[in-house]
Amino acid sequence: MAELTAVIASTHHPFYYKASTAPPEAAPPFAAEWVRKVEAFRETLTRAEPDVLLMVGSDHFHQLWLDNMPQFLVGNAEQYDANWYNEEREFSLPRMRMQGDRDLSGYILRNGLDAGFDLAFSNELRIDHSVTCPIITLRPQNDLPIVPVYTNIFAPPLPQPKRFVELGRMLRQLVESWPSDKKVAIIGTGHLSLELGGPRQFGPHGPDAEFDARAVEWIANGDLEGCLSEVTLDSLHAPGNATHGFMDFMLMMGVAGENAKADYVDTYDLFHTMEAYFTWYPNGAPA
Amino acid sequence: MSKYLVNKFLFTVDRDPVLVERYRDDPRGTVTWWEEERANHLLSCAAGEASTWLAFEDEEREALATHDYATLFGLGAHPFLTLTLFIAMFERDYDEPLGFQLQYAKNLAHFSLPYADITT
Repeated sequence: MAELTAVIASTHHPFYYKASTAPPEAAPPFAAEWVRKVEAFRETLTRAEPDVLLMVGSDHFHQLWLDNMPQFLVGNAEQYDANWYNEEREFSLPRMRMQGDRDLSGYILRNGLDAGFDLAFSNELRIDHSVTCPIITLRPQNDLPIVPVYTNIFAPPLPQPKRFVELGRMLRQLVESWPSDKKVAIIGTGHLSLELGGPRQFGPHGPDAEFDARAVEWIANGDLEGCLSEVTLDSLHAPGNATHGFMDFMLMMGVAGENAKADYVDTYDLFHTMEAYFTWYPNGAPA
Repeated sequence: MSKYLVNKFLFTVDRDPVLVERYRDDPRGTVTWWEEERANHLLSCAAGEASTWLAFEDEEREALATHDYATLFGLGAHPFLTLTLFIAMFERDYDEPLGFQLQYAKNLAHFSLPYADITT
């Protein structure tokens, strides 16, 4: 069976690419420390020596649209082109292409459907910065096949938070039962408190520092019980109007498991939204 | 309310560099043309398979025709779509980094929780 060698949850900040590639004289003052933190975080994935990346993110109205909106979708393609004109325009993100893993995609779809999750699929999926940001931060050489999983945290009506947790639990079970000798890392990105297109956007810090502190505690301690007892679709409006992206962190808590303490935790208090980085090693930290 | 159609306008303009410039330069003309010619296109279908019933409410049409992103926010347009398109059109007019984004926030400062429902 395949081995789950790392579980990684992260924010995805589309400004990282530009901040980290700017010449020193043009780089913003927070860039050097940001790069240092990201490179330390990257090392936690490198150490796990993965062969395949299962990547959880959310399309930002690029390919998935309101005339036909899936709640949970699994990429099922040989390759994935990535990044879009408006991401190039606003964030200077480069066009990219990833290899897929059809065997893992097919296994997740067949067995996920049989386990009671009615997953949508796509045979031609152009992915966006929710998946390419963690490639840029965690695996910039972009040399591993991926299977993208998209969740709807964006276009209400949304699934309940507990469904994200349940999907995370199932994805772990499916990876661990996949008949393969490969090492798999599951990487998911979401947000802490975040406001987009509202009065609290682009402040000197994230819109709700108190929520962020509680959220980091929940994730770092695997406190699913505490998190699920407080987080609802309604409650997530209060910390910021784009905070429903936190449900992708809840999905990753489902992958990591109840009360699973993260082996690596780091945060960076930036303008607009706080960065947060977590790694779990399900089978113990690699040597 | 036709929040869906407002979102469809923002979405289809945002992804087309020519339309972004056209909407920046001639908002009312672009909205009128779009509602007549594009509003009923089914995006993933052949041109002949159009819808027949989609139209803006007067308030929505006027807000789009006047670049009034604060009113769009109050009507429940998807804030990510509005923000992304308006950054594309107006960020260039500000000297400071994030100058437009901060002005945008200021122009929405009179809104408090709960914000307009964005469910479509």
